[in-house]
Order: sequence, then structure tokens, then C-alpha cells
Amino acid sequence: MEANLIDTKQCIVVKTGNEQYGIDIMYVDNIVRMQRITRVPKAQPYFKGVINLRGEIIPVMSMRLKFGLDDDVITNATRIIIIKLESQSAVGIIVDEVKEVITLDDTMIEKVANSAVEDKYGYLSGIGKHKGGLISLLNIAGVIIETV
Amino acid sequence: MDVSQYLEIFIDETKEHLQSLNQQLLVLETEPENSETINEIFRAAHSLKGMAGTMGYKRMQRLTHDMENVFSEIRNGKMSVTADLVDVLFKGLDALEAYLGNIQESADEGTEDYEDIIDQLNNILNIGLGKEAPKEIKEDKPEEAITAASVTAEAVSQSSDSKCNKMIIADYEKKAIIKADDMGIDAFVITVYIQEYCILKAARAFLVFKALEGLGDVIKSQPEVQDIEDEKFDLDFSVVILTKVSEDNIKSKIMNVSEVKDVIIEKIDVDKNEVIDTAEEAYAVSEGYQDKAGNLSISSGKAGAGSAAAKQTAKPIVNRSVRVDIEKLDVLMNLVSELIIAKNGLVSISANEKNSKSGTGFNDQIEYLERVTTNLHESVMKVRMVPIESVVNRFPRMIRDLSKKLNKKMELYMTGEETELDRTVIDEIGDPLMHLLRNAADHGLESNEERLAAGKPPVGSIFLDAYQDGNNVVIEVRDDGAGVNVEKVKKKAVEKGAMTAEQAEAMTDKDIIDLLFEPSFSTAEMISDVSGRGVGLDVVKTKIEALGGDIEARTRLGEGSNFIIRLPLTLAIMQALMVELGSEKYAIPLGSIQTIEDVMNSEIKYVQSKEVINLRGTVIPLVRLDKILEVPETEKQQENLTVVIVSKGDRQAGIIVDNLIGQQEIVIKSIGKYINNNKIIGGATILGDGEVALILDVNTLV
Repeated sequence: MEANLIDTKQCIVVKTGNEQYGIDIMYVDNIVRMQRITRVPKAQPYFKGVINLRGEIIPVMSMRLKFGLDDDVITNATRIIIIKLESQSAVGIIVDEVKEVITLDDTMIEKVANSAVEDKYGYLSGIGKHKGGLISLLNIAGVIIETV
Repeated sequence: MDVSQYLEIFIDETKEHLQSLNQQLLVLETEPENSETINEIFRAAHSLKGMAGTMGYKRMQRLTHDMENVFSEIRNGKMSVTADLVDVLFKGLDALEAYLGNIQESADEGTEDYEDIIDQLNNILNIGLGKEAPKEIKEDKPEEAITAASVTAEAVSQSSDSKCNKMIIADYEKKAIIKADDMGIDAFVITVYIQEYCILKAARAFLVFKALEGLGDVIKSQPEVQDIEDEKFDLDFSVVILTKVSEDNIKSKIMNVSEVKDVIIEKIDVDKNEVIDTAEEAYAVSEGYQDKAGNLSISSGKAGAGSAAAKQTAKPIVNRSVRVDIEKLDVLMNLVSELIIAKNGLVSISANEKNSKSGTGFNDQIEYLERVTTNLHESVMKVRMVPIESVVNRFPRMIRDLSKKLNKKMELYMTGEETELDRTVIDEIGDPLMHLLRNAADHGLESNEERLAAGKPPVGSIFLDAYQDGNNVVIEVRDDGAGVNVEKVKKKAVEKGAMTAEQAEAMTDKDIIDLLFEPSFSTAEMISDVSGRGVGLDVVKTKIEALGGDIEARTRLGEGSNFIIRLPLTLAIMQALMVELGSEKYAIPLGSIQTIEDVMNSEIKYVQSKEVINLRGTVIPLVRLDKILEVPETEKQQENLTVVIVSKGDRQAGIIVDNLIGQQEIVIKSIGKYINNNKIIGGATILGDGEVALILDVNTLV
């Protein structure tokens, strides 16, 4: 518990395509298996549709489509991460795989601005270094909210 | 004192009082001698003052106080009600509303003093009483009262401030203190502060009293012992104790009680003469105040208790209602929703089971469940229903102001104020209605001279009628004014370049009138303060459509216009027809469906290269829903098309669907704000098997 006093961040590490992404655990409400998605006509192309999560209707977006990758191939490892930015409205993000929960402190996070990585959409909040691997930490609000 | 937890109640109650004041003032204007009304006004104003004082809103308190003074004089028959007076009082109410607005936004009343209104009030008071002498008194007394009240407010709000000085010690108590002093017993005023987080304040206070009893005689406490036991105190209370024990000793005893934050002990030094003097003075002051404020039962020395008592007397005039947190209701709603989903699940099982063999018990259960859910739904909906009165009762005042401003005589007639609507609709419907009324008053009604010339009664009439019609609530805003000049609208439309003159000629009158709902379309030649900026009717229309309703205008030149608003009675649950398009399921609200037809492919005709059918003499355009919704193509070659005829007002359209599933009670849910919602989808619902189906808003298709 003492360690929490230092500025640390817990992240859920997910894999989509070849990259690992970190999502701040604060915003994660739930992780569910893939389920039937009802298509919503004329929605943004990266929105797959809506699902029923215990009586709540939740829109689901594809991280792959949002990031300009190929369409999702649903496997046994595919998960939907339910994100709650505000208490009233949730949104689901389809990822290829959920790996683990890690704790990062400030020294392990590099600001995007300092690095060579280009982040023209404001999707990233930083790069985390963990066990020799790199994790792109998502600025979840930037990913979810349309900035057109 | 931390009053933030009462803020919501304060705002609600202040709104109620202001509303009641507005209404009663209107009555008073027409019946200046109505003593019942004056009494009610006085009570409402007094409660307001007490509440504002308790909450520490001093400017608000001051203004209400000055208004109350005027009411008090009227009530005592020393002043008569004049038009000027009512105007100033209405201004005062507006100022109070402005304070309330600030408080609602920032929990702060703002810095506007409204000195002009206060001056006007005092002037009226002076003139009305017509004497020099009372003027002086008048000027003194409010001051005094305010200081007295604000001192208490401060004392309450600043817990660090010792209470000792404010304790008024009665004669017999003084005598006891003096007597004790003679016997070498000291008198102390002890103020005990309890920790903010303490839950059982009364219990802590009890322990303090218990500890003190062992030390000496407690002769007085503030608040009263009974109030302390009932937890009717904030975080501190004071007692006077006669004891031989030293200050430090007392302090340590009290500090032993847990959750006591601080103890301040002051010795009462008794100079016999002085004590009696000051006490008498204090007594005199408080008595004087009571005199002045009319026959207040309680002096403002206990602002909190005062307002509570005043509220009790005022009770009959405020509507008896239980305030329910809307969030709690939403939870209840969700529970009901799930119950219905569960029921639907059972229904679908039963449908499958029927093919084989099924026990009747199962069916009984379903019927029972169905009955329960229906009842539950109804009762929950009833809780959500609010009479439309709460919205419309501010309109008479508005029409009165408009009448003065526009210099037209007009009357507002309202019926059906008791018609109930969903709370969310009630909150939203006020502005559109206000807009329509302003329109009617400004553009609809002619000037009194014009009316006379046209052979109408000089005083214009505006009607606001609300009534229930099946599953809808209808609100009509009607005037007996000039009506909409269709030719003028046509001319305007052509001028604006919205259409060519030929197009305009070809349009029906109804289509022309519908143009009024288009953005930036105002027929008023002159833009006035009241309306006519061209941001009107389209906004009204958007708002009402957002509530799931629609608006229609009917007008006759020279006879007046009628705006008819239809709103759904319930928002959350409705009957729908489930249809299939390819492999996808959609729900169409039953309310907008007229008939379902089987149409042969060969019956489809073309008008201007659009598909139509001729149904019993009516030409109805067809809508290929699968194309609009971009449903993935499926192999199908059908002779017959299933067409759902839907209507919106007088217009109809035929929606082609692949399959009909059946009628179902569905729970409407939002699909969330992140996903781009085009208007065709009105929401989503969960079917018996857990699948999500989208709800079509047919209004956008017709």
C-alpha cells in the first residue's frame, strides 16, 4: 500500500495488431468477451455497433479500425474493454487480446512530446517502458471522443 | 455552518415561494382588498427571508425583508395597493429570481444589490404611510433587523466565533448566578464544538451533559436541551454551568468525550447592576424587533427555527409533493425495464414450448408476471408524472408583462393545467411554450384599435389548453388574432430565395405554413424586443421533436392561429412492431403505424421517378428501408411486398420491410453519445433473447 503514495499508474495492457497499448485502469469498468454486436446504420465506420451488457446498451468501437488497421478477426482471445469516462455513458473497445495489469511509476513513462513517436491525433498520453517492452499509453478520451 | 447540503432544498423551496408570490401578486393586482391573498403573500415573503438568512444570502435577505415590510403595511391596512407598487414588487421578485439563478449556478448570490428597487420600496413605504415620523422608524428598523439577523447568521456560519456573548441570560438566571457568586461558586459559559464528521451529535452532546452534571449545575443551554436531544443544532452548543471546579478541569472532562473538537470556557463576571442593565436592554431590543416585524411568532434570533415555524404556517399554500431524486427514479425505471425484459424472455420460451407440450402453470406465471410488470410500470410512471401546472403557472405573469410592454390589452385563458407529463418533458417544455405565447402576444394579436376596426372585442385572447389524447398529451396555444398571412409568407420565402415564385404558387397553404418552422424565417416586419428575430419556431420545433413529439400550425387569416403540440405520454416504454430487414431486427413505434399492407410488385407506380402505391385512393410514397439503412443485401425475390404504412400528421409513407415479427412492449434505451447517431435511429431496445434491436424514428422517414 505504501507504494501507492509515489505517483504510480495502473494500466491494463492490451494487444492490438503488433502493438501493446496501456489503458489507465481508472477508466476501465469491465472486460467482457466478444458477443453479438448489432450494427448501427450510418454510424462512424470504426463503430461496430451496440451490445447489450446486462441491460445497458453500449456502443462498441474497433480499435483496429480507429487506428487504421485491418478489420478485426474475432478469436477466442478477443475482448471488449468497457470504458467509462463519465458515470452515465460507457463505450466498448474491441482489442485482440488482454495481457496483464501492470503498475508504472513516473520514471517508467516517457512523454510523447520527448520521444520520436508521432501522435498527430492525440491518441497517446505517453510511452511506458515495462520489462524491456514498450507500451503505448492511450489517452482514452482522445480515442473515444470524436474531434472533427 | 455548512449549508451546502440544504442548497437543493433551498432552491426548490425558494422557487415555490417565488412562484406563489408571483401568482398571488397577480391576484392582488386585480383584487387589492383580498386579505387572504395578502396574508399568503406575507407568509411566503417571510419564509423566503428566513430561508435566505439561514443560508447566509444577505443581499437576498435584505431585499425580501424590505418587500416584507411593504406587505406588512398593506396587511395592516396602512397602505393601499397601487399599480406602481405592484410593478415595483414584481421587479423585486425578478431580482430575487436573479439571485436564485446565481445561487443555482454558483451557490453564491452574486454582488448585485438592487439598491434602486430597495429605494423604490422604501419610497413607496414612506409615501404610502404619508408621515415623516414613521419614515425615521422605517429607516432605522430594517437596519436593525438586518444587523440582528446577520449577526445570527454570522454566529451560525462561523463556528470559530464564540457563542458566549450571544447567550441571553434571563432575569432569574442572573439572580441564580449572582447568588452562586455570593457563595463562591463560579459561573461559566462553555461552548462545545463537535467534529464535523460526527454522526451521532446528540449522543456526544448527551455525554458532555453527563460529564458536566457531575461537576455542577447546568442552568441553561443554547439551543434548548430538547433541541440538542433532537439534534437540532449545528456543530456547537453552549451551556451555562455553576460550579466550583476550575476551568481547566472542566475542559479536560469535556475533552474526554470523543469527537469533541474544541471547548471554549468563559467565566461570567457578574457585576450585579450591569448584568441586569444589559439583559434588560437585550430583552428590549428583541421585543422591539418582534413588534416591527408584525406578529412574527419567533424573532430572527433563531433564524433556522423561525423559518421552520413559518414554513409550517405556510404549508397549506405550497403544493403537497414529495421530492424524489430523479436518479433514484431512474434506478427504479431500470429495474422495471429489466423485469420487462425478463418477462419477454419467458414469453419467447413459452412460444417455443407451445409446439411440444406445456403445463398451464407456466402460462399462469407469465400472466402473473405480466400483470405485475404492467402495474409496476404504471405506478413508477405516475411517480414521474408532474402536472403541467408547474410550467404554465408562470405564464399569466408573463402575459401581464407583455401586455404592458406591447401596449396591447390581452387575456390568457388556461385549461387543463392538471394534465400530467413526464418530468423530463416538463423540464423541457417550458421554453417552447413561452416562445409560442410570446409569438401569439406579439405577432398573433393585433393592436386594440385594429381589433376594434375588424369588429373583434378590443381585448385579445390567448388560450393555452392541455389535454390527454390517447397515448399523447396535446398542448394547444391559440390566439384570436390576425392569423398567418399565407401570401406574405410566400412573398417572404421567394424574397429570401428559398424558392421561386412558381414553386411558391404550387405549394398548398399547409406547406406554406410549415415554412414557418424552417430556420431563420420570421414574418414580423419589425424585429421587436419580444420576438421576431427569426430564431423562433424552428427552435421550438427542434426541441419538441427532441422530446419525441411534433408540432403543427393551423391558421385562418383574420381569425387567429393555433399551434398544436403533441407529446408522448411516456418516454421510456412503448409498444412497437418488430420487423426484420435482412438479418437485422428493427422496432417501429406502434403509435405511428396506421396499417400493414401486402402489396404486389406490380402495383408499384412511379411519380417523378419515385416509387408510390395507390392505396384505396391515396397515393403513398414508398420507402426502401433496406437501402436507407444500408442493410447487407440478401437474396430475395418476392412477389409480394410487406408495407408498413406510417403517418406523421397528415402525411403518410409506406415502409417496405422483409418480415413482420410481431408486436412487443419495448424499453427504450439510448445508444450512447459517442456513437454518431443519425436521426433515423431513435434508440435501442433489448429483446427477449438479449439481442439488441434499434428503434426507428419514422418521423424522419415520412
